[in-house]
Amino acid sequence: MSGQGISQIVVYSAVLIALGYPLGLWMARVYTRERGDVLERGIFRLLGRKSSDDQDWKSYGKTVLVFSVVFTALLYAIQRLQGHLFLNPDHLKGVSPHIALNTTASFVTNTNWQYYGGEYTMSYLTQMAGLAVQNFVSAAVGMAVLAAVVRGIARRSTSGLGNFWRDLYRSLFYILLPLSIVLALLLISQGVPQTFHAHATATTLQGAHQTIARGPAASQIAIKQLGTNGGGYYNSNSAVPFENPTGWSNFLEMLAILLIPAGQVFMFGKMVAARRHAWVVFAAMFAMFAIGVGVNLPAEQHGSQVLRSSGVNITQGHGQSGGNMVDKEVRLGLADTATWTVATSDASNGSVNGAFDAQTAAGGAVPLVNLFVGEVIFGGVGSGLYGMFFYILIAVFIAGLMVGRTPEYLGKKIEAREIKIAALGALFVPTMVLVMTAVAIVTKSGLASVYNHGVHGFTETLYAYDSQGNNNGSAFAGYGATSFSASLGAVAMYFGRFVPLLAALALAGSLAQKRIVPASAGTFRTDGATFGVLLVGVIVLTAGLMIFPALTLGPIVEGLMH
Amino acid sequence: MKTLVRSLAAVVVLTLVFGFAYPALMTGFASVAFAGKSTGSLVHRNGKIVGSRLAAQAFTWPRYFHPRPSATAPAYNAGATTFANLGPTSPDLAKAVQDNVQAILKLERPYNPGLSAGQIPVDAVTTSASGIDPDISPANAAMQSGRIAAIRHVPLATVRSLIKAHTDGRSLGFFGEPGVNVLELNLALDKLGGK
Repeated sequence: MSGQGISQIVVYSAVLIALGYPLGLWMARVYTRERGDVLERGIFRLLGRKSSDDQDWKSYGKTVLVFSVVFTALLYAIQRLQGHLFLNPDHLKGVSPHIALNTTASFVTNTNWQYYGGEYTMSYLTQMAGLAVQNFVSAAVGMAVLAAVVRGIARRSTSGLGNFWRDLYRSLFYILLPLSIVLALLLISQGVPQTFHAHATATTLQGAHQTIARGPAASQIAIKQLGTNGGGYYNSNSAVPFENPTGWSNFLEMLAILLIPAGQVFMFGKMVAARRHAWVVFAAMFAMFAIGVGVNLPAEQHGSQVLRSSGVNITQGHGQSGGNMVDKEVRLGLADTATWTVATSDASNGSVNGAFDAQTAAGGAVPLVNLFVGEVIFGGVGSGLYGMFFYILIAVFIAGLMVGRTPEYLGKKIEAREIKIAALGALFVPTMVLVMTAVAIVTKSGLASVYNHGVHGFTETLYAYDSQGNNNGSAFAGYGATSFSASLGAVAMYFGRFVPLLAALALAGSLAQKRIVPASAGTFRTDGATFGVLLVGVIVLTAGLMIFPALTLGPIVEGLMH
Repeated sequence: MKTLVRSLAAVVVLTLVFGFAYPALMTGFASVAFAGKSTGSLVHRNGKIVGSRLAAQAFTWPRYFHPRPSATAPAYNAGATTFANLGPTSPDLAKAVQDNVQAILKLERPYNPGLSAGQIPVDAVTTSASGIDPDISPANAAMQSGRIAAIRHVPLATVRSLIKAHTDGRSLGFFGEPGVNVLELNLALDKLGGK
């Protein structure tokens, strides 16, 4: 690792905290303000009486589900009909049924898994009015649910968690839209296209013709980074120079991946008046992020056996960043690609600025493990932190068992019902991922998707369902679209999104009804280093033990073979 | 039922705001403030579009600097980017790297007799992530400079200073890695004149 590389990572972390903290305080204000603005009051007048009432967890969850079903229908229809609709200057045809199904699931669930190449499959209309809208809305749904869950922890002796429409409106207009406008403008200044003109055709210096895809990219890239969506405008995502032209654009896009999820930890601390506890949770997340970079970067700098035995120069310095440059870009180099890889797999973003598939066995195992812990290391906007609460409660419960007391969390007694819900929330997705991987590995239709043979093919399969089930969307891209894989993936994404989401709401509903028990000398403190270490331990044990057998069949064998 | 009606209303309004108003506003701003950058950073010569500074194009003639290998079909397709997606232990990767090494040795050795595999920078033999990486590493450019100077009959020092002039440093002197823009460098070489 070079000094330059390390200092880039340190600066990244410092800026993340410096911006994430004030953003968190701002978000806390946004969600707790009693009186809405003029527009908000107008909307509620239109939506009808009672539309602004506080909702209990069941009503809140039901609204989320109905809302998502309506968007599912719209997004599927736009893709199928794009050939007959406007804003299609390159005359692209309608998207095939199973790709449209998978893509719909993918964007409604904030996953952005892509079984299609953006620039040659989706019309400008589909990209803008379909996919980009979902980038905003699915992110806002996650943020709204988190706000409700945090209220459940903060409130006492009530069943109300807040109002979905209000939380949705405020997430969109007070957080996502302003940040997206700023980021889009900065990206345009770096060379990201933002135009309604069709592709350009160039005559190259050697006299050949070259097609140059463009379109309204910057506006979409801004939100796909900020909303932990990750679906690229171009097929190779943020590796494409049009999507990510400079080192500066790369820094901004990378910052946008973790900004809101990091800020939400501080928001939580403010809303429940437990700032020290929030810092401990943040530190636990950050430690796991740092470990990821610490494993990935040296592995990539060391390079693969294929490169080392080829005899070419992979040493860093003297005018190159060296290392495993396969499927990486020169202007981004190794350090920035490693940081991005870890950030995007921690945050359920899933955008990439270099291919995971081509990373070394040890390097590529990092995103695989990150995904498997359920996207709680910062995690998706909203969904990361509400997923983290499952692990926090399990950690509190284990600590309670060790000292032989009824566990408490922020003054509330944790009982059997809460632990059951937390266990369901934490274990449902990893279990589903393992079952689906097994199905895909033993069936002919599943194996049809595998590009690389042998062990690497297994890793690709595991990653595909890991990524979709956890709503990440990044890919060991060597996994092809068939009607089987697209449909199974769609199921993985819907269940991976809505089971933990409803579990979190149920948990919050249950916590909101409890009274506050004053802390005593026997209360296990959740605002110290001990709890931080325990939390990391619980995450590593729970998720780690589930994935370890699968890892041994994939990256570990691969690493030993070479 | 009420929730369904409200959801339908929300879908219409949100699609108008985030699907049309937001991108249209950004596009309007871009066309005024960054007309060239926002339309694909196209490069013109004699009034014709010859490429984009953000996309590599095929350079195979010995008188030009060559970009990194590309996995798109055809190579350097800026309309359909793609990774190569060869795993780290893939035999295909090993073969592709070896083939690229041999091709470079064959191309460069007449002008650089001492060149060995160990002096070839890794970016010269590996596919980029986008397939249209517009840059090569400064080390890669230096490796090719002897051939360019000999074929174009220009002093090596001139080629080197052109490389330096077309190297994009780190953003703000800090972020990213330095890279040499191949299209701009080749355009500058053509401008020098000569054969």
